[in-house]
Amino acid sequence: MKGFKPSAPFLLLLPAIIVLAAVVVLPLILSLYSSFTPFRLTRPETFFVFVGFRNYLSILSNADFWWAFGRTVLLLTIALNLEMLLGLGLAMLVEKATRGQRILRTLMMFPMMFSPILVGFQFKFMFNDNIGLVNNALQSLGLTQDAIPWLIEGRLAFIAISIAEIWSSTSIFAILILAGLLAMPKEPIEAARVDGCTPWQTFRYVTWPFVMPFAYIAMTIRSLDVARAYDIVKIMTDGGPAGRTELLWTLVGRTAYSDARMGMANAMAYFSILLSIAFTVYFYNKLAAARAQIGAEW
Amino acid sequence: MATVSLKKLAKRYGNMEIVHGIDLEIADREFIALVGPSGCGKSTTLRMIAGLEDISGGTIDIGGRMVNDLPPRSRNISMVFQSYALYPHMSVRENLGFSLKIAGAAKDDMDRRVAEASAILGLDELLERRPSQLSGGQRQRVAMGRAIVRDPDVFLFDEPLSNLDAKLRTQMRTEIKKLHAKVKSTVIYVTHDQVEAMTLADRIVIMRSGYIEQVGTPDEVFSRPATHFVAGFIGSPPMNLHEATVSDGKLVFSGGDSLPLPGQFKSKTSAGDKVVFGIRPDDFYPTGHGLSSGGETEVHRAELPVSITEPLGNETLVFAEFNGTDWVSRMLNPKPLKAGDRIGMSFDLSRAHLFSAETGKSLRI
Repeated sequence: MKGFKPSAPFLLLLPAIIVLAAVVVLPLILSLYSSFTPFRLTRPETFFVFVGFRNYLSILSNADFWWAFGRTVLLLTIALNLEMLLGLGLAMLVEKATRGQRILRTLMMFPMMFSPILVGFQFKFMFNDNIGLVNNALQSLGLTQDAIPWLIEGRLAFIAISIAEIWSSTSIFAILILAGLLAMPKEPIEAARVDGCTPWQTFRYVTWPFVMPFAYIAMTIRSLDVARAYDIVKIMTDGGPAGRTELLWTLVGRTAYSDARMGMANAMAYFSILLSIAFTVYFYNKLAAARAQIGAEW
Repeated sequence: MATVSLKKLAKRYGNMEIVHGIDLEIADREFIALVGPSGCGKSTTLRMIAGLEDISGGTIDIGGRMVNDLPPRSRNISMVFQSYALYPHMSVRENLGFSLKIAGAAKDDMDRRVAEASAILGLDELLERRPSQLSGGQRQRVAMGRAIVRDPDVFLFDEPLSNLDAKLRTQMRTEIKKLHAKVKSTVIYVTHDQVEAMTLADRIVIMRSGYIEQVGTPDEVFSRPATHFVAGFIGSPPMNLHEATVSDGKLVFSGGDSLPLPGQFKSKTSAGDKVVFGIRPDDFYPTGHGLSSGGETEVHRAELPVSITEPLGNETLVFAEFNGTDWVSRMLNPKPLKAGDRIGMSFDLSRAHLFSAETGKSLRI
């Protein structure tokens, strides 16, 4: 090693660089490369066949992929909007509580403490058409005579999945919005009341603009979450019936491990990441705008 | 007409009574200051008038109409808060016009009234800024502008100047006084600063622990304090107040020193009475250096040691030791003094106060 004298900072950073390269950079490069090959897990030699953009082109004309893509966006839209509405309502109720607020806050976080897999199993049981709690309740109450095929009919299955998703994650919105409400100075609200606002106008013109940045933070977190939704769907319907609840990542998982078409799956995955990036950029811009608007100092 | 009338007004939180059934009549266009130490119930009273706190007992009338059950928006009042309470996401213009927008005012009417308020308060150059880009004094002016724009029956001020530095506070005090001359509304002004209350108000309401101690003009509360508490609260530096016992035409203090019993109190006390003797620093001064030097009718002289002095330029506060404690005196046309000097002091007893030690009430008529 004559003549080569690496600087001390480089040497000190070297272990970190090596570890990062081994666990992040290398897999990333390999997976990106494999998305340009017809790599199948059952035929290792295909790893070395370079096919250029063929996988990507075939994705573009793959109806199943676009359905999954659209369904993911739809789930994102429904889940995020409902979670925000419910979270906002919950947060405002808890904020009003004069006693027991700590306990309520803890209770509110309960759904987040369960593994999504377990949430999936629980809702699968609840929505079961024969022995499920939901049908049982509906029939006992006389609201319906027949068993509703919750997880068997495509649209109902999608609704069931949305409900499970919303149940498990509304608290993220509730917690963040509650943080916003608690951080909010009380005087502007009182000023608004004196200025002639009805309770609704006070919320619309004073409270909501203040809480909005907090809602956008929750939106950013949750959009990443839902865009990679996998576990609840995998357990509840496994993308069924007949692919009617297939989302991006269940499709990617199936392509990779059931069909063993790893090259194609990687191409899909890279394509899907674009969706996540797009949502993150969108909500970040919204957040920045909302923060500037309230003159936030954080 | 916007008279405000409080009748047996009370506020309770659970078993704790904060305001104990107070009565107060405020005339149209009057500037009333509610003053008292923290926790005396003055802010709570103001917030009940605003409708921000529920009323536990009694009634509030504004302009002859009972408002107990009306929400703040229906009382036609404006309020200026201690922390300004501007809407952070709105520009100054939007802040000023917000109440009009809510009321559904026409655009040109709104523009005109915002322009008027902004002209009165000198906000023209700040209209497009947001509150976070303003200094404390500017924020305070916007808060006042927001109140003016509504053209309310009653202005409520909740310690509006206490977040400002001393210089700005004096400046804004003058502006508030000018403002009141211009807008001619009834003003209720809460402060813990007796100087603010004295300089601004037509009448001062001194509150303590949820009771009204005295209501009067600045001159009345200064010259004829109704209670021992008011005497100590109004005036700066505060009145010298010391407990004494009446004995044989004399006031004997706990340390053994004594003063002659002022003539006007002779018929109102009898030997053995426990009293509180009060004398303002203006009426206790180094001989020859007082306000009324030469014109006194009933003066007691004594030679006392100086413990410290606080020179203020045009006058010096001299702390003289009498009866084992420091009594503050005001020395006009000051000459240099140092600690330990013995100087001749005058007690102008015709202007002294005497309070019952038991009830705290003044023994003057």
